[in-house]
Amino acid sequence: MSGQAFLDRLKKKFGDRITGANLEALDPWIEVSPDGLIDVCTYLRDEPDLRFNFLNCISAVDYFEADPKKAAKTGWEPHLEVVYHLWSVPNRVSLVLKVMLPRWKDGVEGELPEVPTVSGVWSTADWHEREVYDLSGVWFTGHPNLRRILCPEDWVGHPLRKDYEMPLEYHGIRGR
Amino acid sequence: MATHVDDPRIIEFDVRTDEMLVNMGPQHPSTHGVLRLVLRTDGEIVSEVTPHIGYLHRCAEKIGENLTPRQWIPYTDRMDYLAAMNMNLGWALTVEKLLKYELPEKARHLRVIIAEMGRIASHLVGMGAYGLDLGTFSPFLYAFREREKILDLFELACGARLTYSYLTVGGATHDLPPGWLKQCSAFLDQLLPVIDECHTLLTSNTIFVRRTANIGVMSAEMAIDYGCTGPVLRGSGVDQDLRRDGETCYTEMYDGYAFEVIVQKDGHYPRDHAYPPVPQSAVLGDSWHRFYVRMLEVIQSIDLVRQAIDRYSSSKGSFGEPVKLTEKLPKGETYLETEAPRGQMGFYIVSDGTSIPWRVRARSSCFSNLSVTHELCRGCLLADVPAIVGSLDIVMGEIDR
Repeated sequence: MSGQAFLDRLKKKFGDRITGANLEALDPWIEVSPDGLIDVCTYLRDEPDLRFNFLNCISAVDYFEADPKKAAKTGWEPHLEVVYHLWSVPNRVSLVLKVMLPRWKDGVEGELPEVPTVSGVWSTADWHEREVYDLSGVWFTGHPNLRRILCPEDWVGHPLRKDYEMPLEYHGIRGR
Repeated sequence: MATHVDDPRIIEFDVRTDEMLVNMGPQHPSTHGVLRLVLRTDGEIVSEVTPHIGYLHRCAEKIGENLTPRQWIPYTDRMDYLAAMNMNLGWALTVEKLLKYELPEKARHLRVIIAEMGRIASHLVGMGAYGLDLGTFSPFLYAFREREKILDLFELACGARLTYSYLTVGGATHDLPPGWLKQCSAFLDQLLPVIDECHTLLTSNTIFVRRTANIGVMSAEMAIDYGCTGPVLRGSGVDQDLRRDGETCYTEMYDGYAFEVIVQKDGHYPRDHAYPPVPQSAVLGDSWHRFYVRMLEVIQSIDLVRQAIDRYSSSKGSFGEPVKLTEKLPKGETYLETEAPRGQMGFYIVSDGTSIPWRVRARSSCFSNLSVTHELCRGCLLADVPAIVGSLDIVMGEIDR
């Protein structure tokens, strides 16, 4: 199935919950709104001719430039992207889904942006979402056990945020 | 309850049947890295396992946002340090995919030689360490004796024995030294009988079979659902190997090579007639099958290296010069997975058009493989926990990154 035909099929099914796409990119991607994510993912997994039953990876990318001079040249507004790389074991095809989020919920610094969990669709997502929460600061609503996974439980901040500052000390250990 | 009994003799002989939390680690039952397992046990039966990871976390992804891709190669070495060559390869291919870099033919064959040798070394450790997990020490020595020879060969090629940084963006740092191919062929010739020895030590050993067969059975659906890859996935009977099924920029490396994916079909593995048969008690997807897939993959890799040596010596041209250290990356993003010994290792790179990537992400195969432990260990015996975790063949350096 060509990229355009596939996109049209999804748009017909989900309407404005498919918020965009880029089919010219090196790895073409489809953009989904947070409220439609679980429906789209379940559809992609269960549809007999698609069968995207394998979740490779969940990553979050923080688009934020602290330097105002550089920020003017970047061409994007500060935001956060959660990227889902899917794979279909029977058909041997890959697919990229993206969800665009604000950097902070309602613009309040420190309030994590929210996206529904897909750990009910693929169990891989359980640990991957914990990692994204831990390092990039995204809150996955409905996740059964959203705790830090790589950093210690009492760690402050989310290291992969572009404005993260390394703590000066942690339990008496010098940080910088 | 015993607490209400006044007679002290009864209290003395009262057996508690409460659940107990047992802490295993923070250390792996053998030598794969630092892992802590918290077990909820009822007597000998384990009702719940909670892995606690992160003891080796260095946030390599954050470091990658401050270095050029070639400068980040040494950090990929330190992910799966038992298969550092394959980690280098995965990252190099991802950046080359973004750069749309055409690799010379000779460089591709060189990469096959190196990557498959890395796979043999890694599977040998996997086999030896699994023996350790189960309490037998000798196979470990057999495995490390052979691995040592591979490390010597790698040392000749690049000067390092563990963290090579040899395969890099654009090819390799050096060509293979004169006489290397001959030494490599000689090593492969003497390795085959040693693998047979290992089969007699472990694969068909009654004690080993009893400890592993029908232990930690993982169905194909569960393996796919949890994102398990590599020998763990193929041990459950799923026919997937990225060397055949992956993206073109990876599979073109193996174009024209003859190899069969090691997976059980109709009750048989490819070319298993030369090796011990599957024991009666083994079930597809159990620890024994995961181990057996690794052992057969060693033979497969020996075969691939031999083919690659022929092609490499007959091909002309460059071995692939590394790109500039500060090579500008085109704006865009890409994700690529390669078949590392322990599973599918993925790298994701986002570039904003400068020579330093905006975001780097490493998808670890062991991370997903380990996440299935709580399902596999539910209701098993305490002594089977190391047998199950060991059969997943994890390396914590890669999980924690």
